[in-house]
Amino acid sequence: MKFSENWLREWVDPGVDRETLCRRLDMIGLEVESVAELGAGLDHVVVAQIVSAERHPEADRLQVCQVDTGHGSVQIVCGAPNARAGLKAPLAQIGAALPNGMAIKAARLRGVESQGMLCSARELGLDQDATGLMELPDDAPVGTPLARYLALPDASIELGLTPNRADCLGLRGVAYDVAASFGRQVAMPAIEPVAAAHDSQRGVRLDAPAQCPRYCGRVVSGIDARARTPVWMAERLRRGGIRPISIAVDITAYVMLELGQPMHAFDQARLQGDIHVRAARAGEKITLLDGREVEVDEGFLVVADDGGAVALAGIMGGLDSRVTDDTVDVFLESAHFVPSAITGRARRLGMHTDASHRFERGVDPELPRLAIERATALLTAIAGGQPGPVVEAVSASHLPNRAPVALRRARIGRLLGVEVADADVERVLSTLGMSVAADGDGWLVTPPSWRFDIAIEEDLIEEVARIHGYDRIPTRAPAGELAPALPGEGRLADSRLRSTLAARGWLEALTFAFVDGTLLDRWLLSGPRVELANPLSAELAVMRPSLLPGLVQALAYNRARQQDRVRLFELGRSFHQKTDNFSGEIDQLALVMAGPADAEQWGAARRPADFHDLKGDLEALIALGGDGRRWQFEPAADVPWLHPGRSARVLRDGVVVGFAGALHPAVQKALDLGSDPVHVAEIELDALRQARVPAATGLSRFPQVRRDIAVLVSDAVAYSALQGAVREAVGELLEDLVVFDEYRGKGLPDGLKSIAMGLILRNPSRTLTDEDADQAVASAVQALNKAFQAELRG
Amino acid sequence: MSKPGLTLDNAREAIAGADGLEALEALRIALLGKQGLLTAELKALGGLSPEQRKLRGEAVNRLKSELTELLAARRDTLEQSVLAQRLATERIDVTLPGRRGDIGGIHPLTRALDRIIDIFARFGYDVAEGPEIEDDWHNFEALNFPPDHPARAMHDTFYFGDGRLLRTHTSPVQIRAMNGRKPPIRLIAPGKVYRSDSDQTHSPMFHQVEGLVVGEGITLADLKGTLSAFLRGFFERDFEMMFKPTYFPFVEPGADVVIRWQLPDGSSRWLEVLGAGMVHPRVLENCGIDPERYSGFAFGMGVERLAMLRYGVTDLRAFFENDVRFLRQFN
Repeated sequence: MKFSENWLREWVDPGVDRETLCRRLDMIGLEVESVAELGAGLDHVVVAQIVSAERHPEADRLQVCQVDTGHGSVQIVCGAPNARAGLKAPLAQIGAALPNGMAIKAARLRGVESQGMLCSARELGLDQDATGLMELPDDAPVGTPLARYLALPDASIELGLTPNRADCLGLRGVAYDVAASFGRQVAMPAIEPVAAAHDSQRGVRLDAPAQCPRYCGRVVSGIDARARTPVWMAERLRRGGIRPISIAVDITAYVMLELGQPMHAFDQARLQGDIHVRAARAGEKITLLDGREVEVDEGFLVVADDGGAVALAGIMGGLDSRVTDDTVDVFLESAHFVPSAITGRARRLGMHTDASHRFERGVDPELPRLAIERATALLTAIAGGQPGPVVEAVSASHLPNRAPVALRRARIGRLLGVEVADADVERVLSTLGMSVAADGDGWLVTPPSWRFDIAIEEDLIEEVARIHGYDRIPTRAPAGELAPALPGEGRLADSRLRSTLAARGWLEALTFAFVDGTLLDRWLLSGPRVELANPLSAELAVMRPSLLPGLVQALAYNRARQQDRVRLFELGRSFHQKTDNFSGEIDQLALVMAGPADAEQWGAARRPADFHDLKGDLEALIALGGDGRRWQFEPAADVPWLHPGRSARVLRDGVVVGFAGALHPAVQKALDLGSDPVHVAEIELDALRQARVPAATGLSRFPQVRRDIAVLVSDAVAYSALQGAVREAVGELLEDLVVFDEYRGKGLPDGLKSIAMGLILRNPSRTLTDEDADQAVASAVQALNKAFQAELRG
Repeated sequence: MSKPGLTLDNAREAIAGADGLEALEALRIALLGKQGLLTAELKALGGLSPEQRKLRGEAVNRLKSELTELLAARRDTLEQSVLAQRLATERIDVTLPGRRGDIGGIHPLTRALDRIIDIFARFGYDVAEGPEIEDDWHNFEALNFPPDHPARAMHDTFYFGDGRLLRTHTSPVQIRAMNGRKPPIRLIAPGKVYRSDSDQTHSPMFHQVEGLVVGEGITLADLKGTLSAFLRGFFERDFEMMFKPTYFPFVEPGADVVIRWQLPDGSSRWLEVLGAGMVHPRVLENCGIDPERYSGFAFGMGVERLAMLRYGVTDLRAFFENDVRFLRQFN
């Protein structure tokens, strides 16, 4: 809502300057989005009239004008296309300093003297229009300072209104708030019914009374449709952000700005029969004022005559029935459309109009009659014409019910934390236009018809708080008994996982939760997808079934910026089909690693990072939970996007909770990631979050014994299998098992590898003898031989 | 072992002249070893008369103590000089960087979130979570956004074909939390939210922290106190703060919290950092809580906005570009 400050001050004078007024508007919830100050720099600018205009002898585009300033005549060279003899326009005289910074001096333009400048509205900072000279009405008094003539200075104030304050989409609503806030009264202009001068009228039928419970129509015959909009009205419209068009249209817009009631003016001669307000018919077409033809369905409300729809109710009028310069009789419409009948309709057509904006949020249902009287008075005063009677069709049962709302005195303090004096409560509510009656422990308050955001007690309390001032409510820290759930030690905080990764050189990333479906195709991630019905773009259309595609894109982004060593991780959700006992959302930890194992340095040889670098970091995370033995890594040869020989399924308690490995070369190629290996992992966070509360055991006083063995075994046997066999064979004595070498190749038969292990042995209750140790090793070797045909190496 | 020319008389000079640990050890053996000169003297005592033995014995033992001390002292001196020589050659360049000096980092939004959560945890708040794919009831209806309400237009919503949607705010967690527990309730709900809007100052995915307090006698004054303490604590500085009336369907009265933010150039401007209000009685009723007995407040904040102010990030998009040069600035 944009309006002229001076106009507001006519309705209610707060007695403060502009800055204080705007600050207060902000503080009562009418946020001031912008203030455009108008009329600065208009000293020495006067209303002038061009007496003659002749072609400049040296320049085709310029004219040499003789201009009447009211105090004599001056010569002005002018380039505006609309400069012509007889035109009244603003003249910046010598000495003027215009708002755009231009200082006016006597000048010679292509050899011809110019004693000032005729101005466009834009040059004067009054409007964006720079197409030509600002054309002033014929009755503008020559010689008058322009600022005085245009009632300047003024400001165009724009409010950013919340959707509940539709009442402030008219000046009247703003005026009530200002009055309440400053303890003033609203001085509403007198709006008297205009008596009918003849009987001409048009019938109105409410075929959809639930959607349109009130419609006022009135014929005004014999107007001068070419009458000029008076400058005061045109300026108020302009300062309200509306461009003047023609008198009938301008008056409807003026009443809308003033009272908040959108109106429409039809050319009476173009209507046939009664007006019907009805649901549109499927496929019904109408050509609108802006020239667009739209097709609507039963969800739309139309204003129709015998020939069909003549307006999209509450949105825009039709082209055929519009008022033109040749219109003689007009039919004024001032109706109440309920918000649910209008909401979203304009948007469906790709439109947004001043009318739809208001009706969607709600317009005062008692306003149509007042507005039509106001418009009639203005129209007949400016454009002449004779009004017929107001025809008002009402469906009272469909009009909103204005029930009084009870307000309990004690409740105010209970909600606000501050006591407000009864007199203040009553003053605030009544200056907002509410009727307030004492009732028991409080009041019965009936809101005015334009405040349909007041339905319950809390709404009234907000009004009191708002006008009383939020700044007058004290500041208090909440007290009271509270029993917050204390963190359990059996659950690891995500921050520990993050810190551990960060300490090991990983950077945390955050990628979008929606990805490109074709990216998932390239990842060979098939399966049902959770797709947005209205994505921003195809790149952001599918909810990620895994964090990895997005995270690998972040890797590619960095590689394209000369970063060859990248380690990124992300905590976030993956999305899957929801079922009755599965929410469809899984918290995941994803990692992507590429480039050298270490940051470039002097102290270690450069080598590419490999699977076991990644696994080492995953094991560090697993270790945080204190229960590493519940985790396994198993070869995963069948995951389409992973390298079949360099990837693992990650299991906890035998349940797969993730994957880790090298990207499949084919996928990597499809992703255009080059040939250097890229390693990824994704693990369900809930598995990593499980933690064991440490239970300390006593330390053995007896020494440990270490025995190393190396065995030759088939390449196909996993270390974890050897480890399991040794653990089982040795039993309790085996305190730890370390693997310190894996070798295959030269010197060994094909298909075999050598594994060297250290057995850390200890008996908790006595010193281990050599015989004990020998026996333990023997049973380990025997078990390995039996299960895997492993041979002890020389 | 004997050493040519060595006598007990010149032993002192010999010890002082020993120029290495090995030579000194040889001297020690030649004097005090099994076959050493002094050992021989001690053995020879057996052949003397008791008086002589006493006299001679005292003299030999004195000499032994003296030589032992001299040997030890000389050893110390020689060892020190050996150590000094070794230390003179053992030199490293301590200015070279350490091994594996790799720097990781925590995302600035996580960092800000952790800080917010930490502060509210100290205020006694629980942390609650909810799904990111929501239904209309939790995201809108239960929060007092009726269908076709213009307030819904403030939320550009992503929908799925089945009518579900990506939550547009963390407020649905309020509903889930209140359905699951009884007052007093004091919780925050951090998480991702989504709106169909993307430009320099809007990201289609961003982060919010919702707060909810429900109990007996909770007032707007409590809301003001809590948020003032939080904001001043989060930024570790003081500033002017304003609570301005505004509208969210799920609160009444509603408030925008703006702070007067000092810019590096010394100027300042008002910035909106939080939305808040007293929980709407209809929302309480929707969750089975009696609004006659209980009242509460709720608030919501954009984590990106707070992180940008706190860490001086000027471009919202940097948070989701994941440029490692940006991420490395947040250890």
